[in-house]
Amino acid sequence: MLCERCHQNPASVHVTQIINNQKTELHLCQECARELEPQWHWDFSLPKFLAGLLNYEPGLGVAIEESSRCGECGLTFSQFQQSGRLGCPECYQYFARRLEPLIKRLHGSSHHRGKVPRRAGGNLRLIREIERLRNELQELVAREEFERAAQVRDRIRELEAKLGRQG
Amino acid sequence: MGISFERLSKWMEGSGPHADIIISSRIRLARNLKGMPFPHLMDTRQESRVVQLVGRAVQSAGVERAVGPLYLQRLRELTPLERQILVEKHLISPQLAEDKGEKAVVLREDEAISIMVNEEDHLRLQCLLPALMLHEGWRMATSLDDALEEELDYAFDQERGYLTACPTNVGTGLRASVMVHLPALVISKQAGQVLSALTKVGLAVRGLYGEGTEAAGNLFQISNQITLGRTEEELINNLSAVAVQLADQERGAREHLYKKSRWQLEDRVGRAYGILSNARILNSQEALRLLSDVRLGVEMKIIRGIDQRVINQLMFMIQPAYLQYLAGREMPPHERDVQRARLVRERLQGKIS
Repeated sequence: MLCERCHQNPASVHVTQIINNQKTELHLCQECARELEPQWHWDFSLPKFLAGLLNYEPGLGVAIEESSRCGECGLTFSQFQQSGRLGCPECYQYFARRLEPLIKRLHGSSHHRGKVPRRAGGNLRLIREIERLRNELQELVAREEFERAAQVRDRIRELEAKLGRQG
Repeated sequence: MGISFERLSKWMEGSGPHADIIISSRIRLARNLKGMPFPHLMDTRQESRVVQLVGRAVQSAGVERAVGPLYLQRLRELTPLERQILVEKHLISPQLAEDKGEKAVVLREDEAISIMVNEEDHLRLQCLLPALMLHEGWRMATSLDDALEEELDYAFDQERGYLTACPTNVGTGLRASVMVHLPALVISKQAGQVLSALTKVGLAVRGLYGEGTEAAGNLFQISNQITLGRTEEELINNLSAVAVQLADQERGAREHLYKKSRWQLEDRVGRAYGILSNARILNSQEALRLLSDVRLGVEMKIIRGIDQRVINQLMFMIQPAYLQYLAGREMPPHERDVQRARLVRERLQGKIS
């Protein structure tokens, strides 16, 4: 089979696109495929799709100017809307209010419950550990294992004191 | 230590739980450094800085203790063909292979661990293992991650978790995936239905080569879509459970096919084997399709005497960059088709093991 675009080289790249249930097939040679590739990426680009979601946020434009910039990297919110990529970690702070609904829509939640890094996690590890111990304490009390419950209670106090010192 | 392009990766080993259907398991963690723009906004100097920092971090005693020795390779020092081989081995993304600028990949010798540097995020840690080994992969990835965090200042927020360039990865930064081979579900036209059900439990499905349910070689990749609001263990348990379910469905479909149309099935497998061991010209689509049939035959014991590993390896070896690398030169597609047919023939006839 010859390439459908240049009709010269043998077709070696076969592309199936399904858009709105319309199936199209393309048979291309390497060179033509490479030339056309950016266009497909455009069609399937997840960031752009997200950006689309964002632009379609009803009732959100309230009191936020389009020109708002990240104070760290200078990315504007409309640049993010176009590319779907934030500029730097600080963007999450600068655009917090506008990102919140998007993040909720993507993940069904906006609160991290996973792993906490030892150094960068600050006191979150400690807070999580105290939470865990409190649950354990309740269970121990319910099972009337008072001796062990007392140990866990002391451990909680210790950690709370540590947390207090860390501020 | 340098990259060996001929080396076969750990994931091609073909042994482990559910290896008859689940080909490989992958854990990927997105991580970024504090106080630096994300890669798409970095200039060359900043990119070099990240490569340098990561290069130093992976050589630390802590990292070596956690996962063994790792090696950093700058991508601009590789030829386009060599970069493409890394893509075909699933060690780097096509995106990273194409990108200009200061990019790098960190590899462990068995290629079970790789780190992309300066792709969409500063670091993308990956553990790639054969069969269903998501939990093993997670343990490996998280201990590498811990050791790296001792050396690198990660961008982390107590509310949002690990911060990533794209909000689709924020939180855990975890993308867990399995590559599954589902020929019987495709033959019995159930794949579409089964796979679309997965999207309802927070999983994404894509054909490994091709689109939708028309995946060449009947290979599909299933991954978690959500990265925030659940723990890594929850996300992995969910995917793992679904993968096992899927394997059961596929096994059921295989049994049913064998009972209902044994001769058609054996004929299909036998023909595929016949073509692969005799053809003189094979394009990659045809090769993938027939290899899928032969793999099914091997797993259902319709064909004996072929190691599953040979098929896993062939799936990688028949791809364009590797073929050209073996030949030692660039080749137009029609020459590759001849080279591909020769390679498949020799491997299946056991001239080379």
